[in-house]
Amino acid sequence: MTETGTWAVKVGLAQMLKGGVIMDVVTAEQAKIAEEAGAVAVMALERVPADIRRDGGVARMSDPEKILEIMEAVTIPVMAKCRIGHFVEAEVLEALGVDYIDESEVLTPADDAHHIDKHRFKVPFVCGARNLGEALRRIAEGAAMIRTKGEAGTGDIVEAVRHMRAMMSEIRRLQTMADDEVYAYAKEIGAPVELVKRVKAEGRLPVVNFAAGGVATPADAALMMRLGADGVFVGSGIFKSENPPKVARAIVEATTHYNDPEVIARVSRGLGKAMQGISVHSLGEKELLAVRGW
Amino acid sequence: MTNPFPANRPSLVGVLALQGDVREHREVLERLGISVREVRRPRDLEGLDGLIIPGGESTTIARLIESNDLLHPLRAFCASGRAVWGTCAGAILLARQVDRLDRPGIAVMDIAVRRNAFGRQIQSFEADIEVEGLAGGPFRAVFIRAPKIEAVFPPARAIARLDDGTIVAAMQGNLLATSFHPELTDDPRFHQLFLAMAARASGTGK
Repeated sequence: MTETGTWAVKVGLAQMLKGGVIMDVVTAEQAKIAEEAGAVAVMALERVPADIRRDGGVARMSDPEKILEIMEAVTIPVMAKCRIGHFVEAEVLEALGVDYIDESEVLTPADDAHHIDKHRFKVPFVCGARNLGEALRRIAEGAAMIRTKGEAGTGDIVEAVRHMRAMMSEIRRLQTMADDEVYAYAKEIGAPVELVKRVKAEGRLPVVNFAAGGVATPADAALMMRLGADGVFVGSGIFKSENPPKVARAIVEATTHYNDPEVIARVSRGLGKAMQGISVHSLGEKELLAVRGW
Repeated sequence: MTNPFPANRPSLVGVLALQGDVREHREVLERLGISVREVRRPRDLEGLDGLIIPGGESTTIARLIESNDLLHPLRAFCASGRAVWGTCAGAILLARQVDRLDRPGIAVMDIAVRRNAFGRQIQSFEADIEVEGLAGGPFRAVFIRAPKIEAVFPPARAIARLDDGTIVAAMQGNLLATSFHPELTDDPRFHQLFLAMAARASGTGK
C-alpha cells in the first residue's frame, strides 16, 4: 500500500537536509545563486528578516506569485513562511506545493495563544524554539523539524548560541535524571511526558534540529554545528553581504567541514564585508522576535 | 588472533559525509557490528571495503564533490571493484544519465535517472516493494522527493519495481542504487545485502 504525508516522509525530508545550509531568498535569481552555491533548500520570502525589522509594519506570508517564481527557478526544496497560528496561510502554502512550511516568529503572529495543528497537513512544518520545552510543544503539535529561533535579521549569533546551548544542556540534564523525576520535569518545561521520555532514552530530539537566527559567517555556521546543530538556516547573512555567491559557497563548505579549522580559514578569506548587523543587546524588548511563540 | 569473520564480512565501510543523512546509515551499520568512517576528503577513502553515498540534495553533494577534489577518487574507488551503494541522491550521483544536474556526478552506473520524478514533497510516500534477492517478504520503502530509474542498460539490471513497473532499485556488479531510503527504517536487510556485496568484492582482491 502506498501512503503519502506520513510522519516518516515528513521527518525524512528534514533528515535529507542535514549537514546543509538553507538560504533565505527573495527572487528567482537569488534562488539560483543559492542553489549553485550548494544550498540544500531555499526559503522563499518577500523580504529578508533584516528588512522586515527595518520596515516594521505587519509581516505576512509572501505573495504566492513570488513563491511560485522561486519554485520554478530551482530543483532543490522550497520552503515558505506562514504566521504563527495562521492555518489558512499554511493551507495556501500547501496548495501551492511548497516542500516545507516554517511557522515563523519572524512574521507577525496571527494567534497569541495557539500554534497551527500541524498533524492535519501533508506538507511538513519546521518551527522555532528557544529551549527543550518549546521544541517538544511544537513537535507535539506536529512539527517535523525544529530550528533555534536565534534573533533573526540581526547578524548577531548570540541568541542562536543561547538557544542551542539551552536545548543541548537540558537534554544532557534529562539523561541524568531518574525515571520517576521525568514527570515533574515534563511539567516544569511544559512538554508532553511521552516526548520527554523519548528524548531521555535517545539523547536527542525526535526530529532534526537546525540552527537559525543570526548566522552571518562561515565560522558562525561551524560554531552552531559544533554546538550540536544538524544544519543551518542563513537569512539575511548571505544577500546582505558584499559578495553573496562567495559567502554562500563559504558557508556551505564550513557547514560540511565544521570540525576542520583549516578549511574554515581557507573559505573565510577575502569574503568582503559581512552584513552590518545589529547587536541583540542594543534592541528594545519590543523589537525581539524570539519571544513570539507560546 | 585470527579474524573471526574471514572474508565474509567487511571490516570498514565509509559513508560519504559531505551532506545528507549520514548518521542514519552509520547507525544501521554500527548496529550490524560494522566500523564506519565518514568520508570528506580523498584520503578518507583509503582502506575502505565499501562506500555508501547517502540521501541528501544531489546538487549540493555534487558541488561539494567537485570543490573537495573527490570526483576522480570516487570514480577510481568505484572502478576498483569495491562495493558502492547510493540511496536517492546517491543513486542520482552514480547514474551516467541524469536530468537537470548542473555538474558531473560520479557517473559510473549504466542507468538513467530522473530527479524529483514523483513530484514535490507532498507526493513523497511509503510503499511495500518486492526486492530480488531479498528474503523475508516485502520491504517498506520510504521515498522522499525521490528519483525514478527510468532505464537500465546492461550490465545494469533492475532489482525492484513499484506496482506500476517503475524501477526503484538497480544493481551492476559492485554498484547498487536505490531511489528510496532503507536507512530510514528499522529493517536492516538492504544494508545486509550491501555488506554481502562488499564482502564478495573485498574477497576477490581490492
